[in-house]
Amino acid sequence: MEQAPADRERLPQPAPLEPLGRRAAGLESVAGAEAERARDEGPGDGMMTENNFWLKKIEISVSEAEKRTGRNAMNMQETYTAYLIETRSVEHIDGQSVLTDSLWRRYSEFELLRNYLLVYYPHIVVPPLPEKRAEFVWHKLSADNMDPDFVERRRIGLENFLLRVASHPILCRDKIFYLFLTQEGNWKETVNETGFQLKADSRLKALNATFRVKNPDNSVIRRHFRSPLHTEVGGIRDGEGSECCRGDLRNDQRATGKWRFTELKHYSDELQSVISHLLRVRARVADRLYGVYKVHGNYGRVFSEWSAIEKEMGDGLQSAGHHMDVYASSIDDILEDEEHYADQLKEYLFYAEALRAVCRKHELTQYDLEMAAQDLASKKQQCEELATGTVRTFSLKGMTTKLFGQETPEQREARIKVLEEQINEGEQQLKSKNLEGREFVKNAWADIERFKEQKNRDLKEALISYAIMQISMCKKGIQVWTNAKECFSKM
Amino acid sequence: MSGGPPKALPSTGPHSLRDMPHPLAGSSSEEAVGGDSTPSPDLLMARSFGDKDLILPNGGTPAGTASPASSSSLLNRLQLDDDIDGETRDLFVTVDDPKKHVCTMETYITYRITTKSTRVEFDLPEYSVRRRYQDFDWLRNKLEETQPTHLIPPLPEKFVVKGVVDRFSEEFVETRRKALDKFLKRITDHPVLSFNEHFNVFLTAKDLNAHKKQGMALLTRVGESVKHVTGGYKLRSRPLEFAAIEYLVELREYGPVYSTWSALEGELAEPLEGVSACIGNCSTALEELTDDMTEDFLPVLREYILYSDSMKSVLKKRDQVQAEYEAKLEAVALRKEERPKVPADVEKCQDRMECFNADLKADMERWQNNKRQDFRQLLMGMADKNIQYYEKCLMAWESIIPLLQEKQEAK
Repeated sequence: MEQAPADRERLPQPAPLEPLGRRAAGLESVAGAEAERARDEGPGDGMMTENNFWLKKIEISVSEAEKRTGRNAMNMQETYTAYLIETRSVEHIDGQSVLTDSLWRRYSEFELLRNYLLVYYPHIVVPPLPEKRAEFVWHKLSADNMDPDFVERRRIGLENFLLRVASHPILCRDKIFYLFLTQEGNWKETVNETGFQLKADSRLKALNATFRVKNPDNSVIRRHFRSPLHTEVGGIRDGEGSECCRGDLRNDQRATGKWRFTELKHYSDELQSVISHLLRVRARVADRLYGVYKVHGNYGRVFSEWSAIEKEMGDGLQSAGHHMDVYASSIDDILEDEEHYADQLKEYLFYAEALRAVCRKHELTQYDLEMAAQDLASKKQQCEELATGTVRTFSLKGMTTKLFGQETPEQREARIKVLEEQINEGEQQLKSKNLEGREFVKNAWADIERFKEQKNRDLKEALISYAIMQISMCKKGIQVWTNAKECFSKM
Repeated sequence: MSGGPPKALPSTGPHSLRDMPHPLAGSSSEEAVGGDSTPSPDLLMARSFGDKDLILPNGGTPAGTASPASSSSLLNRLQLDDDIDGETRDLFVTVDDPKKHVCTMETYITYRITTKSTRVEFDLPEYSVRRRYQDFDWLRNKLEETQPTHLIPPLPEKFVVKGVVDRFSEEFVETRRKALDKFLKRITDHPVLSFNEHFNVFLTAKDLNAHKKQGMALLTRVGESVKHVTGGYKLRSRPLEFAAIEYLVELREYGPVYSTWSALEGELAEPLEGVSACIGNCSTALEELTDDMTEDFLPVLREYILYSDSMKSVLKKRDQVQAEYEAKLEAVALRKEERPKVPADVEKCQDRMECFNADLKADMERWQNNKRQDFRQLLMGMADKNIQYYEKCLMAWESIIPLLQEKQEAK
């Protein structure tokens, strides 16, 4: 693993993993390949065309953090931190980088950007932001948001976020993202003008969906497409025949990817849980390790004091005391390095949340589809009953008819006609919703695969660098004790 | 023996601490107190000991041939010799039979102190009393207070980190009992301390608390001298083994979490499992290190350190006495009086100082020779164990790197 000098390169670069200069090359190739797809995807205006800024290689960095005071929405004084985002374009020929844009953003604006991306790219696992408040701290670290160490780690996290978005084949083309990096004033208004907040699915609806989706495998929906007329849109599954077995859920389940989203949901929940646990224990381990090293510092002090009253042993003791002090103070650097490891884990903890969000969106889509299908079913039922004159379903009209007498044939005809129109509309809607659903699944799954590769790569890198840290710590320990032993031998 | 009244007022000059014979000094023949005044042995002890009795007969091994610092050999050397040449012992004290007492206010342990003696200071030939740790503490304070020129043996740690060590566990109680027994035996064997009236009270009184209350007025002075020693206690209020055990506990929980994670993953399963196993190996290595430290090294190290604290406080007092003496000397010199005789108070001061030096020297020499060698072996042993620990961990982590990297290259 290369030892990069700059602070910001301590975190793994988002794929492709290359130092600054070459990173954009990857972007370029990606941009080229994805350009075609880009035009068909996402919210129409939000996408950039090929001839855009992304083909010039760019470098993004969050280079500074500054404390500011200002007035908030309620006209109250508040202190916040602003971050300087610099964008450089690297000219192709000589590789020199030229500063093209630089502006200041605060954390809340990053949040706004991310919320926008979540709404407009529901099928994408959107990169997470660094934590809002310091969590999983071990005792020496401060949990204060204004603490310089926290601000520094957040700066790195925000930079990482921007790099992740910039290297995502789809997200990088988003116009709002582009404006975030280039247009300081008015950006907030521009985002809000997209009206994304209205499009956001309400949490309540999402909750409903989670609990009420009966058939994540879509067998209910496909029941409506039994007729040859609807074969081509049979079911959400790709390439699957319209064979619908009403009761045969097992067939569906066995098919590739039927349980995919359910499994994924469980995976993301469990991943969140295990990484939280890991981070908590790691913080405690760091705490205890710190304690052990510091007690050695006590011995160092004791030896030094003692050396003052000893004759022959004095020098040896003094030296031994010094070595204990060196040992005790070496823990600070060790634990600082470990914080970077913790940050890498944290990023994937939050990524798990993003993964979960995609599953939630899928559930919502299913829920929508189910509701539409049910609605259609009931309308068809009603129509049938009216046509045949049998009343099987309860309807207000049916009751009033019973109570107040039959309706006229003309009235009945009229109602049948209305229902038939509604049924047609419903079928159209269901068809398009079904298509949307299939598109969603296809695109989501593609991004999930991309995400999986990225995750495996990044976490392996993280584990390797963690192992390297431990190795360095062991070597330091051996050295200190060997030196100390040398001193002791001279006593 | 150069007894008799001191001649003129020789300024013995400031005795540097380093001129004092050190208990851990190599050569036992080193008796000169760096300067001119020699202690009069009559002042030293109630009985007439020959010079050779200043050197402990259990001379230990001479420098250079010190045996490896095994725990038992180290502990033996720290123990006072049981057989002083040419002397029959007339006082025997043992500490045993720990018992737990549960009261409304607190729970504590008492130990039985059995005393057998033919000395006239004891009314009965045999005594058996029960004492708890704070009684020992009281005794030690009293001894320090009343015998400021002597080195008082150290007590085991006062404070215990709750939650990590069960202070009612058999192991802990036994360790403490042994240390308390050693403490009393040292006093017993001390020619001056063993005759201390407070020691007598400690061994014999049915109700020690009644006697304790008498000492209240002197509390402030006692507090001061105690501070010198408890300052040392505070330094080690988190003993190394406790810190290490706490670390080990967390580490034992840390490793398995990687295993849990590994069960969720596909490609990452092996790397994560590898990390888990690696941490497990490190935990085992740490456990071995902690065990060694706890059993062999740390208790002995603490003894040395407690002793050094004790010595520091005594030397401080000695310096005070020295300063007092010299101030008086100067005062006399300034008065320019032609006096053939030394003023009484200055003489008294000089006596006191010489007494102090003598007592101190005697006490220091009571510690066996070659303590320095033993201590050196002890520290080197500790260093070795730590090096071994780190080497084990290093091996574990280095072996996992190829495992973590291999699939990447295979891509």
